[in-house]
Amino acid sequence: MSGNERPPVLKVQDLAVYYDIHDGGLLRQQVRPLKAVDGISFELERGETLGVVGESGCGKSTLARALLGLVPPRRGRVLWLGEDLVGLDEKALRRKRKELQIIFQDPLASLNPRMTVGDIIAEPLWTFYPKIARVQVEERVRGMMKMVGLLPNQINRYPHEFSGGQCQRIGIARALVLNPKLIICDEPVSALDVSIQAQIINLLKDLQRKLALSLIFIAHDLAVVKHISDRVMVMYLGRAMEVASARHLYRRPLHPYTNALVKAVPIPEPGRRRRGAEETGLRGDMPSPMNPPTGCVFHPRCPWAVKRCELEVPPLRRMAEGDWVACHRAEELDLTIVKHAPGTV
Amino acid sequence: MPLLEVKDLHVRFETPEGEVHAVRGLDFTLEPGEGLAIVGESGSGKTQAMLAILGLLAENGTSGGQALYQGADLMAMEPHELNRHRGRDIAMIFQDPMTSLNPYLSIERQMVEVAMHHQGLSRREARVHAVEMLRAVRIPDPESRIRQYPHQFSGGMRQRILIAMGLLCEPDILIADEPTTALDVTVQAQIAGLVEEVVQRSGMAAILITHDLGVVAGVSDRVLVMYAGEMVEYGTVEQIYRSPRHPYTRGLIDSVPRLDRADDDALHAIPGNPPNMLSLPSGCCFRDRCSRAFEACAEAPELRDAGDGHLKRCHLEEAP
Repeated sequence: MSGNERPPVLKVQDLAVYYDIHDGGLLRQQVRPLKAVDGISFELERGETLGVVGESGCGKSTLARALLGLVPPRRGRVLWLGEDLVGLDEKALRRKRKELQIIFQDPLASLNPRMTVGDIIAEPLWTFYPKIARVQVEERVRGMMKMVGLLPNQINRYPHEFSGGQCQRIGIARALVLNPKLIICDEPVSALDVSIQAQIINLLKDLQRKLALSLIFIAHDLAVVKHISDRVMVMYLGRAMEVASARHLYRRPLHPYTNALVKAVPIPEPGRRRRGAEETGLRGDMPSPMNPPTGCVFHPRCPWAVKRCELEVPPLRRMAEGDWVACHRAEELDLTIVKHAPGTV
Repeated sequence: MPLLEVKDLHVRFETPEGEVHAVRGLDFTLEPGEGLAIVGESGSGKTQAMLAILGLLAENGTSGGQALYQGADLMAMEPHELNRHRGRDIAMIFQDPMTSLNPYLSIERQMVEVAMHHQGLSRREARVHAVEMLRAVRIPDPESRIRQYPHQFSGGMRQRILIAMGLLCEPDILIADEPTTALDVTVQAQIAGLVEEVVQRSGMAAILITHDLGVVAGVSDRVLVMYAGEMVEYGTVEQIYRSPRHPYTRGLIDSVPRLDRADDDALHAIPGNPPNMLSLPSGCCFRDRCSRAFEACAEAPELRDAGDGHLKRCHLEEAP
């Protein structure tokens, strides 16, 4: 997806979200900022899917919430069709939510257990169009259920009567009922079994094509994101390490952290030795976001870190072929090339 | 004699909605030093089977059948007898490292007491041994970190500590229930590599419970696939991955999203949903979701040998 000819539907500029953390006990209380998202910029076109990948604590869910105005950003802009959503009052923001919807990770927990499936899917319609006719709502709801692969005659059932995969379909139907233009999927398949994950990913991909939706698809697993994304943003401790086309990212990652994520994906082939700590090349665990490292936030775990990485924050910069990377050494490093012949090591 | 021989294992739960028959007649054996992966999706009975063997079922659960550890039936033992084996001969590592560690006790207390109790070591010897184990799972600076409490460690570190605790008494069998699922992907790779390494080095037998066929290939010799409380396929890792004989296994392998394959358009999903364990369908339980189902599948299939000890519970003659 290159396309300078079309203006992006979403343009995010230097978005930052800090949480205030109170510590220091009763008497000497101090407030320290936890920089959950710290200067994220990207653009999204109509009909494009951006995958967002990172491990827990990298700020990907906070980013999702900030885009929808569910948490206030500390700075930055979220331009939706040219209009900045940051600073809009609650009423104006609510009107925008017709166009921007979200699907959550835990399908059952995000559905009200006391409402029927039909009422759950219809709720956004009643909220935004209180005067709408009941027959019209029911018709729309049945249509949505069919579209996401649920049986319309289950309209009066309750969420607990459905499996995890079906509950996620209900969540998708609810998100789609207002005809949104953008859907943010926050780990929509992480809680599902492998065979069901594939169903939901295929469904989202299919719907996206049919409805020309823009998608932001958040996951902690690169393999899942690969199948649905045009471009992928890799996040670490609140920052973007790399934003690249999905094809490039998996064949030749530009950032050492992306490389580690690619290598961490297990390959279901007998005889393949597990890729342990040695192979991903990463040292230690992710540092606390309360106390992020100086310079490049990834440097303490990076096998290629040099002195400069401790001192200077690498900016996200544009490389050949329109990919972006935040690494001082991106030009020198030649990282994994994922081979396509099965069974090759 | 096999190290562990499980015969006709059944697990049932009383629930407000009715009886759930979670494990329906499971048979398998484990040889010394063997790695066995038990693969299945949530609700397939894989975890409950292991808990039943160790006498750890929830209160509303009952079990039947035999689990012979070196010939002695674990499931017929009195609690105090069973306690002698748990931890010492058979150790289990659970999915969530935070809830399996006692948050009020230092790592030292938790490890040293286990070693004193099961191995009859003095406190000092037990501490030396515990520090050694922490070092073996690559906890940095184990002499001082052993004094810390669980919340002072990251998720990956806590899982390492649990592995160290599992290995403390040098058990004959290590059962690991989705030991990496709760962890971040880069940490998953480290922990999975660590489990593989310690199992190989110690020569103990290991049972790995997982829903992800992607993580099995490196660690196991044999794979047991469960669906709706039954074994549907059993074979060597080679047999299962190269020539699966049950359509469910085939579907599981195909639905793993992969990075090492060309960008194909759609993922291969298994259609439909796992059966409701409260009201299992008649005939083959997988029939509704199976693209290869035919008339014979109205009849529940028996487990059959497809050659070379490769077992399948499927009426199909050919490979799916």
